[in-house]
Amino acid sequence: MSMDNITLTTAIRQSPAVRGMPNISNKITARDVNVYYATKRALKEINLDIEEHRVTALIGPSGCGKSTFLRCLNRMNDTIDICRVEGQIALDGQDIYARVIDTVQLRARVGMVFQKPNPFPKSIYDNIAYGPRIHGLAQRGPEMDEVVRSSLERAGLWGEVKDRLKEPGTGLSGGQQQRLCIARAIAVSPEVILMDEPCSALDPIATAHIEELIDELRTSYTIVIVTHNMQQAARVSQKTAFFHLGEMVECNDTEEIFTNPRDERTQGYITGRYG
Amino acid sequence: MTDLAHDTVMRRSAYQSEAFEARLRQRYRAERRFQVAGIASIAFAAVMLVVLLTTIVMNGYTAFWQSRFDVEVLFDPEAITPSGSRDPAVLAVGDYAALVRQALQAELPDATGRDGRRALMEMVSTAAAYDLRNMVLAHPEIIGTRQKVSLLASDTADQFIKGHIPRNITEDKRKVSDRQMAWIDLLAAHGVLTTHFSLDVLTQSNSRQPEQAGMWGAVIGSIMTMLVTLGLSVPIGVAAAVYLEEFAPRNRWTDLIEVNINNLAAVPSIVFGLLGLSMFLNFFGMPRSSALVGGVVLALMTLPTIIIASRAALKAVPPSIREAALGIGASPLQVVIHHVLPLAAPGVLTGTILGLARALGETAPLLLIGMVAFVVDVPGSLSDPATVLPVQIFMWSDGSERGWIERTSAAIMLLLGFLIIMNAIAVYLRKRFERRW
Amino acid sequence: MQTTLLLTVIAVLSVVGYLVGRNRAVAIAGGRLSTLHSVPPYHGFYVALWAGVPALILLAGWVSCEGPIIMSLVLGQLPAALIPQDAQALTLLQTDILNLAAGVSTGREPDPAVADAARLYNSFHTLAESCLLALGAALAVTGLILAKRQIRTELRARNRVEATLNVLLILCSLVAILTTVGIVLSLLFEAIQFFTKVPLTDFLFGLHWNPQTAFSGDVSGSFGAVPLFTGTLLITLIAMVVAVPVGLMAAVYMSEYAAPTVRAVVKPVLEILAGIPTVVYGFFAALTMAPAIRDLGNALGLDVSSQSALAAGVVMGIMIIPFVSSLSDDVINAVPQALRDGSYGLGATRSETIREIVLPAALPGIVGAVMLAVSRAIGETMIVAMAAGLAANLTANPFAAVTTVTVQIASTIRGDQEFNSPKTLSVFGLGLVLFVVTLILNVIALRVVHKYREKYD
Repeated sequence: MSMDNITLTTAIRQSPAVRGMPNISNKITARDVNVYYATKRALKEINLDIEEHRVTALIGPSGCGKSTFLRCLNRMNDTIDICRVEGQIALDGQDIYARVIDTVQLRARVGMVFQKPNPFPKSIYDNIAYGPRIHGLAQRGPEMDEVVRSSLERAGLWGEVKDRLKEPGTGLSGGQQQRLCIARAIAVSPEVILMDEPCSALDPIATAHIEELIDELRTSYTIVIVTHNMQQAARVSQKTAFFHLGEMVECNDTEEIFTNPRDERTQGYITGRYG
Repeated sequence: MTDLAHDTVMRRSAYQSEAFEARLRQRYRAERRFQVAGIASIAFAAVMLVVLLTTIVMNGYTAFWQSRFDVEVLFDPEAITPSGSRDPAVLAVGDYAALVRQALQAELPDATGRDGRRALMEMVSTAAAYDLRNMVLAHPEIIGTRQKVSLLASDTADQFIKGHIPRNITEDKRKVSDRQMAWIDLLAAHGVLTTHFSLDVLTQSNSRQPEQAGMWGAVIGSIMTMLVTLGLSVPIGVAAAVYLEEFAPRNRWTDLIEVNINNLAAVPSIVFGLLGLSMFLNFFGMPRSSALVGGVVLALMTLPTIIIASRAALKAVPPSIREAALGIGASPLQVVIHHVLPLAAPGVLTGTILGLARALGETAPLLLIGMVAFVVDVPGSLSDPATVLPVQIFMWSDGSERGWIERTSAAIMLLLGFLIIMNAIAVYLRKRFERRW
Repeated sequence: MQTTLLLTVIAVLSVVGYLVGRNRAVAIAGGRLSTLHSVPPYHGFYVALWAGVPALILLAGWVSCEGPIIMSLVLGQLPAALIPQDAQALTLLQTDILNLAAGVSTGREPDPAVADAARLYNSFHTLAESCLLALGAALAVTGLILAKRQIRTELRARNRVEATLNVLLILCSLVAILTTVGIVLSLLFEAIQFFTKVPLTDFLFGLHWNPQTAFSGDVSGSFGAVPLFTGTLLITLIAMVVAVPVGLMAAVYMSEYAAPTVRAVVKPVLEILAGIPTVVYGFFAALTMAPAIRDLGNALGLDVSSQSALAAGVVMGIMIIPFVSSLSDDVINAVPQALRDGSYGLGATRSETIREIVLPAALPGIVGAVMLAVSRAIGETMIVAMAAGLAANLTANPFAAVTTVTVQIASTIRGDQEFNSPKTLSVFGLGLVLFVVTLILNVIALRVVHKYREKYD
């Protein structure tokens, strides 16, 4: 991916980043996190703070560990047998790898949107209602209808699908499917939403849609987004962390990272020398 | 938007509420129940397997022990050849049962009278007299002498000694009378009636008497049938797979063949029996009850399995190998024969063995083409009447004497032994030659 | 035995042909093999094919036509008075002649004329065999010589050999089709004969199955197959009640929960269960399961037959467990991991994910698997033959004895029937029903599974 500094700076200028929000606090703090796949070390000594109500972008070349790190934040790596996580990751000051923490509860609080849209083979309505139903957040009937409506509205999909809620979610277009997945995540009222390259399978128009959506959602949720696309990181995030070969090289305000990287490797990456 | 944020805060607390915790506990209970159901399912299957195998082995291993009377027999010339002739034709019709009776009466002096004699002879197998006759025919010089002979006990006596006939029920419900029971105990105590390890159940051919019945004929019949099946299904199956996978154009015709093969693989085996009956026996007039027809029917039944397995093995050979060989000027057939088939051979072989293992255990179609005929002789050629192990099992299981259960179980042990060996070879081949491209 | 001799002769001549052809090609090339269009072994194969194939075709044709031709010759020699008009008696006469000729005792003193006919048959047969041997050998030698003469440097031996082999391969792949055609024709042919004696509707909808009494008089009332159909359905249903939940749950546990070590133990256990011959299950059902169920039922105060549908059905279910579980395992593994991740990401537990996402997504495939299992249960013979018995009761009581389509087929036919009695022919009517029903189930199931696989590929 090549790109020169001028377009990057422009992208940042245009981004509707809100500076100086009052009492910013750390939602998630990661300390000395190491991840191993069998014996291979995939992440080395990661220290990173995720601030509340802001969008944090994780960037870096493929295989650098950014997705692995993201999946640590709601313990999705637990589903992989050979994966082992060391160190401490705290959500609101509580270690999420502590024994007392329940993954079901954790994942309800830290939702996730995946690289490829993965709507369930159910109706649009049931896709949204699934989470609230299993967690007992809403009763069947008008209460659930309301949750479905508000979730779809917040994901900007209500207008497009309100007349065909009974149709299968797999029948939507790629961009709509991804917004359905976002609506599905919102429906369980998480505190944090993790997004793993949510636009990589989408066309530019759908991507723009999702990016706008992310910016709107920032007021209610803390968002961590992994992206391959530096312009996207620049457009949607307030903070950016650069990963390289399993290490977190640099983390700073997005504007800082793109205009004034401290580390040579960061500079090399954002100026397109590798990636 | 402010009420949205407020809403979120409200819901967030929902995840830490008592109600949510209670619901969570309930969800985890459901989770455990679900897992237990899964484990229980697997345990059910495993327990059934263990029960089945235990039943068979517990019932079957005693068939390898046979009870015999070790007695001294006087080869009384009066009974064998009253005329004194040594002509084999005369010797063959002698009253050998009398010799048996006298030998036992020597041990049990109270076994006299009509009822006593009958009760006595019920304890000895009919084979005992035949054995004595064969001894005399082979060595006429023993006439008039006393010889130590081991006489085969009858099924009733044998089963009683092995404890399969309970003692503590009333006499009229028991196959062994109180008198016979006392005799048997006495003979056993004197060391006349003993039970020894014996492979007769394997090496003898079939009989109507359970204590004499062996499965050698069925083993030979099975081997002959399998050879026919192997000889037909493997060449035809592999050739068909090669054609369909390597040469056939993709059109409606080959699609039809493919659908047809898949469906044929799921046709009930008994339908193949009907095909054999009406086509091979009735129309072509092939010899009924023969290993030849049995083999042909099983070959047709196994063919789809072999074709499907062989095609999978051929498909697993990467196209780069074919391209490489074609690139140096080999003809398509040479490519297949020299390069693709050798690489696919382990897969083809594994599929073949598994297909044959299924054919070896198959019973129903063979019933229809008459392989249930009672065959005493070991079949000498492919067109002789023959039976196979599974059919033998089916026929023996129908017998009313207690001894048949033992024999049937032993036959099952042998059949399962064959199948385990075949499957073990298939697993070994798969492990040894498995290749990932 | 002359046939075996001829086969040996053909085999030897083919080998000779190969050597002759190869050497001839080498000789013609005169040390410069590259002048040959095809390498010498192909010339060898070319000659060998010419020596073998025509003779083999002759042999096959001869063997299939010999019997009827000789029989018609023999019948021509018989006094006209002996030849019956009606087809049934004619078949009987022919069988007698064949049996006498083969030296099989018919159990009664043969008519001298028939005995003569048998002798005549044998002499014709011997003559025919000798002719065949001579003709076959001559044909093989001629083929060999003619082919050898054709050998020149420009002979396209490879192409011709390969074209022949290609035909051979096509023929082999047609065997499967021919088998199906053979099944359909033999079932249809005999079944139609049956339906001329017993109307189709009486057969399909009649409520009484009693072929033993059908020797004379009103045959159609004895061949009502409904009790057999209901018996088959009852046992199949019981088997499915056992096999589907157990097999499905086992597959779910194996693919979603079990650690690799557990899987390494359980998979072989299920494979052994799948590899046990049905006759062994039948023995187990009759020896262990049926008495156990009867005793249990009696202890509970129920009237349980010693050959209950329940015993046969349960054992059949056990037999089908591995079938259901391995098919379901494939189907469940085909559900993309992304769907599971999506559900876990929302905070669903494993069982919620399986029940609400994985199983519904896999449903079409599972339905296909169950249909295949049903077809398997309907066609299963030995378990029911050994444990369910022959009583054609029209009942839905699982504790009663019932009989099935397959049991009736297997118990009526023992390979030595007269082909004309309605009892024997009825078997083909049943076979036809069995074939059609399982075929429909299989076709639909295979389609469903195929479509399902495509969806997630």
